[in-house]
Amino acid sequence: MALNSKIPNGSLEKKWTDYKSTCKLVNPSNKRQIEIIVVGTGLAGASAAAALGELGYKVKAFCYQDSPRRAHSIAAQGGINAAKNYQNDGDSTYRLFYDTIKGGDYRAREGNVYRLAEVSAAIIDQCVAQGVPFAREYGGVLSNRSFGGTQVQRTFYAAGQTGQQLLIGAYQALQRQVSLGTVTMYSRHEMLELVKIDGKARGIIARNLVTGELERHFGHAVLLCTGGYGNVFYLSTNAMGCNVTAAWKAHKQGAYFGNPCFTQIHPTCIPVSGDHQSKLTLMSESLRNDGRIWVSKVKADTRKPGDIPEEERDYYLERRYPAFGNLVPRDVASRAAKERCDAGYGVGASRQAVYLDFAFAINRYGKIEVHKQGLANADQGTIRKLGMEVVKEKYGNLFEMYEKITGEDPYQVPMRIYPAVHYTMGGLWVDYELATTVPNLYALGECNFSDHGANRLGASALMQGLADGYFVIPYTLGNAMADEIRNKPVPTDHPAFVEAEKLVQSRIDKLMGVNGTESVESFHKRLGKIMWDKCGMARNAEGLKEAITEIRALRQEFWNNVRIPGEVGEFNPELDKAGRVADFMELGELMCMDALNREESCGGHFREEYQTEEGEALRQDDKFMYVSAWEFKGESDFYMHKENLEYEVVHPSQRSYK
Amino acid sequence: MEHYNMNLTLKVWKQKNCKTKGAFETYQVQNISSEMSFLEMFDILNERLIAEGKEPIAFDHDCREGICGTCSMFINGRAHGPWHQTTTCQLHMREYKDGDTIVVEPWRSHSFPVIKDLVVDRTAFDRIISAGGFISVNTGNAVDANAVLVPKDDADDSFAAASCIGCGACVAACPNASAMLFVSAKVSQLALLPQGRPEATTRALNMVKQMDQEGFGSCTNIGACEAECPKGISLENIARLNREYLGSVFTGKASS
Repeated sequence: MALNSKIPNGSLEKKWTDYKSTCKLVNPSNKRQIEIIVVGTGLAGASAAAALGELGYKVKAFCYQDSPRRAHSIAAQGGINAAKNYQNDGDSTYRLFYDTIKGGDYRAREGNVYRLAEVSAAIIDQCVAQGVPFAREYGGVLSNRSFGGTQVQRTFYAAGQTGQQLLIGAYQALQRQVSLGTVTMYSRHEMLELVKIDGKARGIIARNLVTGELERHFGHAVLLCTGGYGNVFYLSTNAMGCNVTAAWKAHKQGAYFGNPCFTQIHPTCIPVSGDHQSKLTLMSESLRNDGRIWVSKVKADTRKPGDIPEEERDYYLERRYPAFGNLVPRDVASRAAKERCDAGYGVGASRQAVYLDFAFAINRYGKIEVHKQGLANADQGTIRKLGMEVVKEKYGNLFEMYEKITGEDPYQVPMRIYPAVHYTMGGLWVDYELATTVPNLYALGECNFSDHGANRLGASALMQGLADGYFVIPYTLGNAMADEIRNKPVPTDHPAFVEAEKLVQSRIDKLMGVNGTESVESFHKRLGKIMWDKCGMARNAEGLKEAITEIRALRQEFWNNVRIPGEVGEFNPELDKAGRVADFMELGELMCMDALNREESCGGHFREEYQTEEGEALRQDDKFMYVSAWEFKGESDFYMHKENLEYEVVHPSQRSYK
Repeated sequence: MEHYNMNLTLKVWKQKNCKTKGAFETYQVQNISSEMSFLEMFDILNERLIAEGKEPIAFDHDCREGICGTCSMFINGRAHGPWHQTTTCQLHMREYKDGDTIVVEPWRSHSFPVIKDLVVDRTAFDRIISAGGFISVNTGNAVDANAVLVPKDDADDSFAAASCIGCGACVAACPNASAMLFVSAKVSQLALLPQGRPEATTRALNMVKQMDQEGFGSCTNIGACEAECPKGISLENIARLNREYLGSVFTGKASS
């Protein structure tokens, strides 16, 4: 099948407007006859379900958590971008578009990204109207801050809990539709198969995670809003339950997987403390507004940070990238931290960490406060105290979280941080309408591959999730559903549902039947180690080939030796996890194949063979300016389709933040 | 910070489902690092139980960074354990010392039936939000975000109320199993903002009505909810809820 991204004709600024003016519509009484399944209730899923419910569609929404409000969008800390230009600092739709394309290292589609920038402002309006309590200035207007990879202040925030506030806003909109009867909510349910009839997505098989029962659900269309697959690495900033299962089942039913190897490693996370570690915790990128990153100039320095004098500190981001300094994009900051640690300059007991230091910010803010309060002769102690209060208001919850986890007080000693898996730019391939290669199957938010190229800028994930759900899918879905108004719902005793349920049942039986000796968790850890060592922050051909062999062997072992306690017909988290890990083992192989194929470095994908003399990512635009869209053919058998990227407006160049 | 290892005795509530009776079961755990989180200690115990061919302990958890509100253990008689304003997933083992005994129970409330072991059903909270915990604005209706100015203090207070994670600790901590702190946090968040004012009284009325229907107990101003809330949601919110609720009585919107 040839890939058609369906980017509308016309100039960049007019594409979306023209699309909205000419796409097909469904009248209100017909909408009431059309059933839509939404899987996942994070920002993309909750906003889509709410918006579609408001329009009058009959929506069924599913989430594996006990409440839609707990989806992992809730953990996003720093903020959400929007081209409002409230700061009068030169921002515009074009600049947000340009920063996102450049930040993605020229591996995203211009049309999609421009639309994202275009609808960004309306997201903020919508959220404020819903009662999202964004940070404000004393005059009552909204406050902004900076994020990496930009030179303007366009990030809106609610302390360090922006994702929580936005998700609760979308959740409330969703619950409102539940009360109005347009949305039916199925929590503690997991999608385990896609049902297709005559080649179209027509429903799902879901498992009730409380009773273990399998359920059949019909939909004229199915929307996957199931997030990213960073948990393939075992340790990541994702929630414990985040998984690829729904997307992977769709992939095996014909949805192509786009750029699976594009993984974002976030530079500022709390370092691993031991083998018991179950997940990693992010320290928001917003901290790089005020924190300075450094290591000692002396290798394996054992001095305490406070004992290392100023001239013996290496502020390596400021040194290497003076124009953006500590606010370089995530991929650049992560690689620079790895470079210093690999060279022997890492700090802390593990030597796998760098300092993120707030002493300067505390001093700077303290001086401003002293000035504001007219305390001309304030001593250093007063300045520090007042400065700490300012820092506390900005980042208090993050500092507390750091202290609870590490037992160290970041107001007194610099934070220790190290990069960790955070986000996956890759995902199901979608066209401009967010449609996958399976008709009537859509993918929204992190679940799709579409907007961030090879590296996502900070505060853009929230923007994309809500853009897709509130402002894109209501139009693009209507364009397809206009052709469905004559199609009655298919009864779920249709053979396609029966077959799909049988398939799911046999997979569960097979898992339970292994009766081996090793836990699911143990296999997941082993998979994660292979992925992190060989398909992580730096990759090379040899390592990737080894990883593929090792993953295949591990998968064999899993299906011969996994042990799942308990019964099928009950609440059984080990069984849930087993299914997810089984899918991660197949995805991991595809990620390595994609990374092996892409013989260049771009964004979060760093192939050691392709770097500049200064160690920067070296793209090969003549050979790899395309999206790799993988088609599933059979076990370990994937075929790669290419969607060539054409840049009409932006001219790709070597990305520089110097 | 000094790291150390410890051996502990755990007494954990085991219950197959809401139809069967539960009981405490005692487990010994060895070599627990002071660096671990409380849930990582449970992970280690569960791995051992699986290796021994036994059933692991079911407990709710997801983000493990204190924000999703999924985790929910009652530890030595306290919701989310001993640390101030901390969820169970953020509680770390350096709180404990070698030889300690720790008792772990599920949230106990008629309105939160046990699903299994330490896992309870909190969908009552979702139904309360459905009853009115929102602003009735459809997508696309919004005016420019800076068109309505909001005093910073109001925005800050609203945010403080909005930081509720819906974990249910307030209900678990309350001798009456009242959900007033949860309900009042949502009512306050929205009532403090100009966008939420038009529906403020009906919202309070409808949410309280649903809360009563779910079987949560009454508020008798004990304050355990505020003391145990992992996000420090203030009792002031309950005062604001009462104000909105009384308003609905005076305007005749409430029946009594």
